[in-house]
Amino acid sequence: MNDRPHGAWMVTPVGAGPVTRRVVLGVVFVLTLLVLIAPLALIFSSALSQGFEVFFRNLTEPGTQHAILLTVVTALIAVPVNILFGLAAAWCVTKFTFPGRTLLIALIELPYSISPIVAGVAYLFVYGTTGLFGPIIEILGIKIMFALPAIVLASMFVTAPFVARELIPLMQVQGTDEEEAAATLGASGFATFIKVTLPNVRWAVLYGAILCNARVMGEFGAVSVVSGNVRGQTTTLPLQIELLYQDYNVAGAFAAATVLTAVALFTILIKVVLERFSPEHHGHAPGH
Amino acid sequence: MRRTVIPGFRLSLGITLLYLGVIVLLPLCALILKASDVGLVQLWGILSSPRTLSAIRVTVTMALAATAFNAIYGLLLAWVLARYQFPGKRILDALVDVPFALPTAVAGLALTALLSKNGWFGAPLESLGIQVAYTPLGIAIAMAFTSIPFVVRTVQPVIEDLGTDVEEAGRSLGASDFQILWRVIFPAIFPAFLAGCSLSFARSLGEFGAVIFIAGNQPMKTEIVALLTYIRLEEYNYEAAAAIAVVMLAMAFTMLIVTNAVQAWNLRYLGKGEA
Repeated sequence: MNDRPHGAWMVTPVGAGPVTRRVVLGVVFVLTLLVLIAPLALIFSSALSQGFEVFFRNLTEPGTQHAILLTVVTALIAVPVNILFGLAAAWCVTKFTFPGRTLLIALIELPYSISPIVAGVAYLFVYGTTGLFGPIIEILGIKIMFALPAIVLASMFVTAPFVARELIPLMQVQGTDEEEAAATLGASGFATFIKVTLPNVRWAVLYGAILCNARVMGEFGAVSVVSGNVRGQTTTLPLQIELLYQDYNVAGAFAAATVLTAVALFTILIKVVLERFSPEHHGHAPGH
Repeated sequence: MRRTVIPGFRLSLGITLLYLGVIVLLPLCALILKASDVGLVQLWGILSSPRTLSAIRVTVTMALAATAFNAIYGLLLAWVLARYQFPGKRILDALVDVPFALPTAVAGLALTALLSKNGWFGAPLESLGIQVAYTPLGIAIAMAFTSIPFVVRTVQPVIEDLGTDVEEAGRSLGASDFQILWRVIFPAIFPAFLAGCSLSFARSLGEFGAVIFIAGNQPMKTEIVALLTYIRLEEYNYEAAAAIAVVMLAMAFTMLIVTNAVQAWNLRYLGKGEA
């Protein structure tokens, strides 16, 4: 640690000495190579280990094709609804003060803390045959559990905070002056929202939506409970990975995994680009 | 509510409450209702069974081990990203987000392949007599991987905001590097560090996807609480599933309260520093 003469005046800050710096950076690089880079490298090398032809054959196999389709459909429903909720929640929490506001914010963030498995189990006790609404659903003859509706609902549970959490800190900082001015000048609520608020937060909405999309497409625990894993029907892409793996089709599992890995890397790329080029974006707190 | 000219309060509050009510609160209430139907004696029987206790023990111990690893690695990463300039810094910063962006099933698959007997890391470890996949150690590694960003992303901004003036004051008073690190810098980042650790621990307790690939899932040995819940459901033993899920929910709430308390302390601490 102490590689400088004792009691000398500040020349270099703590840890900036050449030896300390080299050791700390070295340790971090080695750990990162082992912990973060190796898994990524392994996914692509395993998927392509038998050549591109086999990789594409694995990807176009009917089960995997269906899983991709189901995952995309789920995201196409869950993400827009989440954006709408996020905008409403952030608008309500940041433009107004009312009793219970702090509690509402805590409630919005609650799903972050709950294990996806618990979320899935909880859904079973609402829409399952022995659940709260089980009898009514049976009479009406609709299928919610072990079908697309339950997959979408469970995905909405785990991603509830994603857009709201990007918007709330930003809209808090921006305050209410601009909206008040617009309202005073006679703009309707809708016009104020579209012309004043939305342009100020559009990049945060986009970023939140992309994070939400990545999580919806990758959700495993909650979806594996509510989907019932009906082969070829309710298997989303992450569940398909597990199915293929259990069938000892490791190359197929890795081919399916590359699709989700590509989505993840794209998500990170967007984050880097937004942080660099949009002044409103200040990075995000962890928690998902 | 304070008077304001901005419209849309009722509409936005309505949408928010409707979504939270239907999507989040209704299922949680149904779960608690189901568990309260079980009856105390039966509930105790389920929770005190050797298999449940073993699952809880494995989950908590491995989550602690994972958090300990992330405490050290996360702190080093945060320090390096906040203090040093070096080529590839942007890439390292982006890599930190990989565990959050990568689906847990993909992480589980990749880690299992890396650490199984003939994997890149598993083979050399095997020759040293260390087995990782299908042992509790594998569980800890999967938990650690999925929660790496928590400590980094809570501590990094605090180190960035830390001015050099206190450090210089320490130095001018004759403190060594180690003394400054231990007595000046560490106390300033400690609350954020603790908050990051508790987030990492909470996430590890509930992790499912990444763990089940690598764990081997042997009852009494490498079975985690989340998986036991899932197994009880598959056996149509809904009482047991509800009981265990409620325990997991209680653990999550406890960790949420702990984390919020630490973060409140963190904010007070930072506020004092500025005054």
